[in-house]
Amino acid sequence: MKILVAVKRAIDYNVKARPKSDGSAVDLANVKMSMNPFDEIAVEEAIRIQEAGGATETIAVSVGPKQCQETLRTAMAMGVDRGILVETDVETQPLAVAKLLAAVIKQEQPGLVILGKQAIDDDSNQTGQMLAALLGWPQGTFAAKVTIDGERLKVAREIDGGIQTVDLRMPAVVTADLRLNEPRYVKLPNIMKAKKKPLDTLTPEGLGIDITPRLTVVKVAEPPARKGGVKVPDVEALIDKLRNEAKVI
Amino acid sequence: MEFDVVIVGGGPAGLSAAIRLRQLAIQHGEELTVCVLEKGSEVGAHIMSGAVIEPRALNELIPDWQAKGAPLNTPAGEDRFLFLTETRAYKLPTPPQMHNHGNYIVSLGNVCRWLAEQAAELEVDIYPGFAAAEVLYHEDGSVKGVATGDMGRTHDGEEGPNFAPGMELHARQTLFGEGCRGSLTKTLFQRFNLRDGVDPQVFGIGIKELWEIQPSLHRRGSITHTTGWPMDMKTYGGSWTYHLEDNLVSIGFVVGLDYQNPYLSPFEEMQRFKSHPEIRKQFEGARRLSYGARAISAGGFQSIPKLTFPGGLLMGDCAGFLNVPKIKGTHTAMKSGMTAAEAVFDALKGGQPHGQEVKSYAERLSKTWMWDELHRVRNIKPSFHWGLPAAMAYSAIDTYLFRGKAPWTLRHRPDHLQLKPAAECQPINYPKPDGVLTFDRLSSVFLSNTNHEEDQPCHLTLRDANVPVAVNLARYAGPEQRYCPAGVYEFVQEGSESRLQINAQNCVHCKTCDIKDPSQNINWVTPEGGGGPNYPNM
Repeated sequence: MKILVAVKRAIDYNVKARPKSDGSAVDLANVKMSMNPFDEIAVEEAIRIQEAGGATETIAVSVGPKQCQETLRTAMAMGVDRGILVETDVETQPLAVAKLLAAVIKQEQPGLVILGKQAIDDDSNQTGQMLAALLGWPQGTFAAKVTIDGERLKVAREIDGGIQTVDLRMPAVVTADLRLNEPRYVKLPNIMKAKKKPLDTLTPEGLGIDITPRLTVVKVAEPPARKGGVKVPDVEALIDKLRNEAKVI
Repeated sequence: MEFDVVIVGGGPAGLSAAIRLRQLAIQHGEELTVCVLEKGSEVGAHIMSGAVIEPRALNELIPDWQAKGAPLNTPAGEDRFLFLTETRAYKLPTPPQMHNHGNYIVSLGNVCRWLAEQAAELEVDIYPGFAAAEVLYHEDGSVKGVATGDMGRTHDGEEGPNFAPGMELHARQTLFGEGCRGSLTKTLFQRFNLRDGVDPQVFGIGIKELWEIQPSLHRRGSITHTTGWPMDMKTYGGSWTYHLEDNLVSIGFVVGLDYQNPYLSPFEEMQRFKSHPEIRKQFEGARRLSYGARAISAGGFQSIPKLTFPGGLLMGDCAGFLNVPKIKGTHTAMKSGMTAAEAVFDALKGGQPHGQEVKSYAERLSKTWMWDELHRVRNIKPSFHWGLPAAMAYSAIDTYLFRGKAPWTLRHRPDHLQLKPAAECQPINYPKPDGVLTFDRLSSVFLSNTNHEEDQPCHLTLRDANVPVAVNLARYAGPEQRYCPAGVYEFVQEGSESRLQINAQNCVHCKTCDIKDPSQNINWVTPEGGGGPNYPNM
């Protein structure tokens, strides 16, 4: 069985994202970019399944500009066998990415697709679900644990108030949540080896997919600054403030 | 892993050396593998500089840099040198070293990112996110290479679940370009007695902020330096304000680490400086984008150590090639890296063995423009021991009358011995930050995007755990809580006892603590690779 993992090049989790002064987008000029952390968890899970004998090949796919090659090289340095870049400079939105992934999946025929549950740049949390719908495959989202049992897949999902376990028939789509695993450190020799692993480049046109953005960004702004708290002298004053100022009781 | 050359540090020196080595290898048809290790998460992540750079070395290294898209976008324009009192600014004649015609205002981080791309095209292997943690030696005592640090140790030093041991990188020559106060360079000084017979290195700490200001107040290319307030006449310090492209302004303050009053706080001097009427007016309606701090070498010519040893050499600011009156070290760092590369290439070509001492590096360097340049300005910084007015008078005489060829050389004293006991000094009452123009440490460090993997051994090690309270707090009122620009050191009161808390996660790798700690009790070692600041556009 092949496993396909989708990886996104996103703003690094250590960087404080900042809107451009015209409010059109987040300023990414010379800002550190790296693999979306949830995708790193997805890659780690795929490699662990392969190392445990559950997969014959792991493939990482990324959609975006040329620099996404670095993201794919990181996935390959972690242990993925090869990479596919669907190269485009057009802004990629979840539905377009899901369609592109579906097209690649039709070519590659993996038994399992793992994605991060969402990317930390736009926090959409849509691509995995859309992909499952486009493929007509079962989906196990927000995965905290994945167990393969023959043709079937058990996915323990993080839901409000607990864990829900679903039993899926493969091929299936899984999206990784934070607690699924802790990704490994990339080792130096593996970075060197990753440079020699195959990396194919496709285009949306070649795959026959229209990726014209359908969503319009109206404005990107920082959240309002948090106002400082106040100390109240006693319970009466607190109740008074909650009732008359905050109007919550 | 085996390479012909391993370079420690992906700054201007290391990248220039890598590029020159590969250029020469290609030109002469030699096989030569070059690897650069960089502790930052990417090249540029730990680079912080003003910066106005002289393109002289770059012209020599990559003559067609303009066509290749080097981010030197803002030619230096109007040059001002101001003397500040608390409320006034007086224009002084700009000293000749500070003329910037033909120079460029840049983000040095972005220049390094670009240099890394050029190096990668020449097949240099660049590994960001890996810190060289240890120097390795052959049995004959020559340098064998370096080992990267372990990843995934827990705070008590045990192997965590994701533990990945460090790797040994072996090379015929190992080139150290760690920057000011390199942690491995320090061990090399000792092992090979490289500092014998030279003056101690002296330092400054530079604190920088990047701002986006109102277009109407922005004068692209304008360069302002100040001296005077808020420093007193005895303390070496001054500021820069550079207007870059895109309405960006780089503003920073440098304080000489030979300051004497333990109550002095370089961070708060920087904040206070911005509130000067002449300075603050450009920040009307502006927003602060980034923050960083870094120590710089200020010893100049008389503090340059022996540069070579069997198996390796020093280049860039870890050797102390900064031109202090010019306040520029990028062109000298690059030139030293290029000269090192040329010497090393000649020593290695045709399959020469490892462990050689490439002495020709120092000889070649002494014949370059850079050597002459550093020699001429050698007396300026040490004259500041006499206080600002005397120093300015002396500097004028040394520069204009002797043209840097005075028949004497003034000497340096080590910075950590300069602090006076707190009892002999006045506490300084710094104004509270307003959150608009002036800020506190933590909201500043926040903008440096600094992070260290939480559960790892503390990289700020103490030789004696009792010294901070018994000596530093008792005698010097705990200067580490003031000189650290990132709020790493905090004295916490627990009952009647005080305790030093080290918030190593905040560390921006400026190395000031390693330099200024009065009893030299703090030893800065590399944390896990990839940790530290993630400076954008700095």
